[in-house]
Amino acid sequence: MISECEIENLELVYKKPKTLTETPMHYCPGCGHGVINKVLMEVIDELNIQDKVVGAAPVGCSVFEYRYMDIDMIESPHGRASAVATGVKRVNPDLYVFSYQGDGDLAAIGTSETIHTVNRGENILMLFINNAIYGMTGGQMAPTTLIGQKTSTSPYGRTVKNSGFPINMTELISKLDGAYFVTRQAVHKPNGVRKLKKAIQKSFEHQKENKGTCFIEVISNCPAGWGMTPIKSNEWLEENLIKMYPLGDIKVPK
Amino acid sequence: MNMSYDKNVRLMKGNEALAEAAIRAEIDGYFGYPITPQSEILEYLSKNFNEEDGVVLQAESEIAAINMVFGAAGSGKRVMTSTSSPGMSLMLEGVSYIAAAQLPCLLVNISRGGPGLGTIQPSQADYFQSTKGGGHGDYRLIVLAPNSVQEMADFVFDAIYLAEKYRNPALILSDGTLGQMMEKVRLPEKGSLPKFIPDWAAKGKRKDKERNIILTSAVDPAVMENLNKELQKKYALLQSEVRYELNEIEDAQILIVAFGLSARICNKAQEIVKEKGVSVGLLRPITLYPFPSDTITKLSKKVQAILVVELNAGQMVEDVKLAVNGNCPVHFYGRMGGELPTPEEIYFELKKIIDEQSIEK
Ligand SMILES: Cc1ncc(C[n+]2csc(CCOP(=O)(O)OP(=O)(O)O)c2C)c(N)n1
Ligand code: SF4
Ligand SMILES: [Mg+2]
Repeated sequence: MISECEIENLELVYKKPKTLTETPMHYCPGCGHGVINKVLMEVIDELNIQDKVVGAAPVGCSVFEYRYMDIDMIESPHGRASAVATGVKRVNPDLYVFSYQGDGDLAAIGTSETIHTVNRGENILMLFINNAIYGMTGGQMAPTTLIGQKTSTSPYGRTVKNSGFPINMTELISKLDGAYFVTRQAVHKPNGVRKLKKAIQKSFEHQKENKGTCFIEVISNCPAGWGMTPIKSNEWLEENLIKMYPLGDIKVPK
Repeated sequence: MNMSYDKNVRLMKGNEALAEAAIRAEIDGYFGYPITPQSEILEYLSKNFNEEDGVVLQAESEIAAINMVFGAAGSGKRVMTSTSSPGMSLMLEGVSYIAAAQLPCLLVNISRGGPGLGTIQPSQADYFQSTKGGGHGDYRLIVLAPNSVQEMADFVFDAIYLAEKYRNPALILSDGTLGQMMEKVRLPEKGSLPKFIPDWAAKGKRKDKERNIILTSAVDPAVMENLNKELQKKYALLQSEVRYELNEIEDAQILIVAFGLSARICNKAQEIVKEKGVSVGLLRPITLYPFPSDTITKLSKKVQAILVVELNAGQMVEDVKLAVNGNCPVHFYGRMGGELPTPEEIYFELKKIIDEQSIEK
């Protein structure tokens, strides 16, 4: 690894956030999880809250994110990260707390916890990584999988008849009074990464003021699960996923 | 732990005494979901717990409640939940995680007749679930079984003390009758429990320290086996905390083994037989895990027969038989589904044993 002093004489335009560990990430090449992990850590660095933040990791491809995030974390049961985060926050109101969950985790098995955490307006940040598939278990259908999308458990494409409609979880929870700031972003382009970073920053600022739940959906890719190259997966994301799940703020503080 | 007690004697329901004891044990949080026959715990705490002292939260389900306990315990706070049998079943995935992560917390099961939705009457049919793990994986809970309203209060302190000492979830396994009945009680006083300051908790990474990660997974099976070995070592150490009560064990010809409410009914049966001239002793396991196996083994060499009485189809009797290992005959009497035996029923069972084995007066 190149250390900072070796490039001393050059202009430093980019560096790894301090709160990102040296451990190589296990995510597949081109996977959005890595970018999202990094952006989150950048914000924690910049806000200087490493000693005041606790994260609840999910079961899903990001189950090992505690290896990359140099902060205190709890690895939650599948679907329960928002309840775990609630537990931490309620007995430590001065901490910054976030949960990080995939679409299977947050919008299938954890639906009840998701809705009620937001409905109570828990003062936490919920990050929802929607890649329209179960990445970790090998590419099965998710509640957010698109109609016609092929997965290992919808090999002929998802049908409404068998599996109903893709769930728009973020739209749904935005209707709850406990939701304070709700937005949907994507990380397949640098511009999107910057917007996500802003949204995370804002969310932590709101959390400090006990405003209610901040909920950020991130549309992400799963090249391995979708059976595509990273570049192709980003194109598919743009042409299909974002059509179904349009980007932008859904609920902003009045 | 040095327990000090309130001077006043109060008349309280078991559930309320337990809830009041939790406040006096200085818990930081309670997370639960209503279910009969234990809802008074949540109700009492909702009414009497000071907001400045912590949080009482009615969760959307037992699954959510136990995961809130998981998070809060992971952050190093003193927390608890309570439920009854069907709710306990829902919590068990979370309990397995909490045991694997080696977090202390207090669980309470005011159990009822099952299986299924069952009844709201008392039962001990959750003995297997409580003492053999219950959820997935090789884990154990510390299990305490009260048999009076006084013990419903006292065991809150004992369970939390043991949970924190061993970094292991501790369960109070009680039943609908003990939860609902009123008795005289002297409550333990605040400050009896030592302060709890964990250095492993996830509560924000300190600058000068490694980060704390509350973790239950491993990629490498060797790492997972090591965690298991660590747990097993802890469970071996736990054996020294075994607690039981002996009653009229000197010269006993027959030994009754019963826990919780059953033991109280057996006390009455003992009085009846005594009038008839056969001496019957009683062993009441107070900790169901660790189990008083050694004492049972010793006693099984002295008595002519053992009768195990439970409010189930025969669960603890398996542990008794393992301890007895053929030293004497082991009989069983149980009522199920929320029914209670009368002392006369138990006397009748004892009489059968006396006749069958020709036990001399
Ligand atoms: C109780 C339970 N059921 C099922 C699983 C198996 N499982 C692990 S991750 C996962 C789905 C992950 O998908 P998602 O939440 O979308 O995360 P991704 O991997 O796509 O980021 C499933 C079903 C589990 N670990 N626990
Ligand atoms: S399986 Fe999909 S979500 Fe998981 S790391 Fe690979 S690309 Fe990312
Ligand atoms: Mg997914």
